[in-house]
Amino acid sequence: MDNIVGKKPALTWAVNISMAVLVALWLFPTLGLLVSSFRTADQIASSGWWSSLGTQERQVPAIRVEGTEVEVDGRFVIEGRLFDTTDARVSAWGTSSRQPEAYAPGQVVDLDGGATLTVIEDGTYVLSSPVTTEGTRLPRIFSTAATPPEFTTENYRAILFDPKNTDGMAKAFFNTLTVTIPATIIPILVAAFAAYALAWMDFPGRALLIAAIVGLLVVPLQLALIPLLKLHNDIGIGKGYLGTWLAHTGFGLPLAIYLLRNYMVGLPRDIIECAKVDGASDFQIFTRIILPLSFPALASFAIFQFLWTWNDLLVALVFLIDSTGETTVMTKQIVELLGTRGGNWEVLATAAFISIAVPLMVFFAMQKYLVRGLLAGSVK
Amino acid sequence: MADLQLINVEKAYGEVKVLANINLDIKKGELIVFVGPSGCGKSTLLRMIAGLEKITAGDFLIDGERMNDVPPAQRGIAMVFQSYALYPHMTVRDNMSFALKIAKKSPAEIEAAVAKAARILQLEPYLDRLPKALSGGQRQRVAIGRSIVRDPKVYLFDEPLSNLDAALRVATRIEIAQLKESMPHSTMIYVTHDQVEAMTLATRIVVLAGGGISQVGAPLELYERPQNEFVAQFIGSPAMNLMAGEVVETGPQTRVMLANGGVAVSSVPTIQSDRGRRVNIGVRPEDLLATTGAAIFTGEVEFTEALGEVTLLYCKRQGKDAQVVAKLPGIHNELRRKTVSLGADPAKVHLFADGQSLLYR
Ligand SMILES: Nc1ncnc2c1ncn2[C@@H]1O[C@H](COP(=O)(O)OP(=O)(O)OP(=O)(O)O)[C@@H](O)[C@H]1O
Ligand SMILES: [Mg+2]
Repeated sequence: MDNIVGKKPALTWAVNISMAVLVALWLFPTLGLLVSSFRTADQIASSGWWSSLGTQERQVPAIRVEGTEVEVDGRFVIEGRLFDTTDARVSAWGTSSRQPEAYAPGQVVDLDGGATLTVIEDGTYVLSSPVTTEGTRLPRIFSTAATPPEFTTENYRAILFDPKNTDGMAKAFFNTLTVTIPATIIPILVAAFAAYALAWMDFPGRALLIAAIVGLLVVPLQLALIPLLKLHNDIGIGKGYLGTWLAHTGFGLPLAIYLLRNYMVGLPRDIIECAKVDGASDFQIFTRIILPLSFPALASFAIFQFLWTWNDLLVALVFLIDSTGETTVMTKQIVELLGTRGGNWEVLATAAFISIAVPLMVFFAMQKYLVRGLLAGSVK
Repeated sequence: MADLQLINVEKAYGEVKVLANINLDIKKGELIVFVGPSGCGKSTLLRMIAGLEKITAGDFLIDGERMNDVPPAQRGIAMVFQSYALYPHMTVRDNMSFALKIAKKSPAEIEAAVAKAARILQLEPYLDRLPKALSGGQRQRVAIGRSIVRDPKVYLFDEPLSNLDAALRVATRIEIAQLKESMPHSTMIYVTHDQVEAMTLATRIVVLAGGGISQVGAPLELYERPQNEFVAQFIGSPAMNLMAGEVVETGPQTRVMLANGGVAVSSVPTIQSDRGRRVNIGVRPEDLLATTGAAIFTGEVEFTEALGEVTLLYCKRQGKDAQVVAKLPGIHNELRRKTVSLGADPAKVHLFADGQSLLYR
């Protein structure tokens, strides 16, 4: 009886483990991108994003002593600091790359020519020499220090708010929004009406129409790109937002109609017949009964369509972006950045995070509908 | 508040005729109950009256007006569905006022109608709740309230109580009976599987079977004078016993020699030419009595079911014939494995030839 009633431990474990793996697969890259976007280029180059989260003890690259020389009691003294912050804690230091951790903080070390050097724990150092050091090469200090996490919003400022930055994402961000919002709303509006008709209204050829829509689901959109663009040019739409909205609407409709119809067909027949007996017209049944009850399905399709148009590059390249670059979208902008700023990880990470931030917010705000909408129809 | 007439109504799904030759006159103020075995077309007939299903042949009239092609909303009917079919996203108040809003009634009028229906059905405390926050019985009352507010000419109920538990069924049945009493001019059509509902609520019962109407009549008429074996066995529980035999004496009383060796006397009159005719006699379990005289049936009690007020005896004659069921008042468990002789009052013995009652000819 155990395997009928109650849980199957092995299966539960398998589910839990694969769940954890999936979460990790998704979470780590996203988190890495987020953290990296708040770091400077140097930080990204010298350590991984994960080590920047806590206080970290690391070898600091060699720093050459510098500062103004002051004469005190017949000795020439230079005082300075290794770090900008005062929170760093030096645990060891040295003067040669072969022995970077030779001395403890506070230790006074004799250098060549009678000079002494001290580095104390908070990173301040004192170089004292019997003769002036002017014109000579000052020694380098290697140190191992624990530094607290350090983040900057400079990347975001530069990418979003700096008007002089030609690689900026601000315009692309708004262009993407301009594409995405109508490209999400229009197909839903059209599909909801179509889905109701295909689900609940009797007319000749209905089954054929449904079959045609299922057929359209598997037509690759690449097939239609060039003919559609030619058509747009011929009828005078050309490249622009209108054409992009139409294209997204067309490419999204089969799936939208299919999902919504399947959901609406699953609504109880009695309710719709009851509304008919109550005197409601088809339009009233649609607006007063079907639409409110289909909200989960509408929301889940809206999420799909939003994510897909937001991340779209192909349709935008074909139907929207012209040589002026005025109508560039974020995906295109990131491609450009990869070319022009390919080495600047902080720029790329920031741009990438800006472009995934909105989908993330949409996803978290609507996820309960996504889950419900996906189950729709499979379970009553 | 309306007369309904079904003239040669027929329903076919493609080639399959589900219903045919339905002729029925329903008078204003009647409560008609459709009963019949599952799949016999009760719901289909009700839905044709509602306009949710096309009538494939024949005429359906309300108050003399042909309704075949009139959409449901304009037939002046209201329907209560077995599944309640409440609008799940609307409060009880909105559910009840939906039809009136569609009909563009004034807010004051709607308010008054809803308040009245809520008072009749004691739904006032729940008006602002969603259906999911109601019990089954309350949902059923909302469904009924939704039809009341429209003040329709005809009420249609499709097994409205079948989702309720036994106690609630009884309570809601009584509510429906009272509702009917308070609206003596409304016509109601009620589909049910439940005999008690049929017997207690109906002005007339329509027994549907095999794609047609078996018999139409008042509940006790169907019980006392069934037209055919089907109705005889369908009405009453346990079902009427049928036993094969041959007419040996005709006249105002008929004597039948039974295949099981018994002799039955029926007060159904027969004519000379019936002598020697093969017939079935029918006796209801509650009409069988222990007798010392000439017995209709003699056999062993195989087992008993004591229900308290009555005991059911399941009897058989040594592995032969069909089982005979008798219902005796009181508790008689001691009769198990005993041999009993059962007889009946001639007035309670029915006669059927070729499935049809000899009373009607
Ligand atoms: N769309 C359809 N196509 C073909 N046959 C149908 C269709 N709908 C119903 N039927 C048949 O019509 C007959 C009557 O169905 P109906 O639902 O009226 O039965 P019912 O008497 O209400 O049964 P129940 O008591 O189980 O509710 C059934 O035999 C059913 O198989
Ligand atoms: Mg039914």
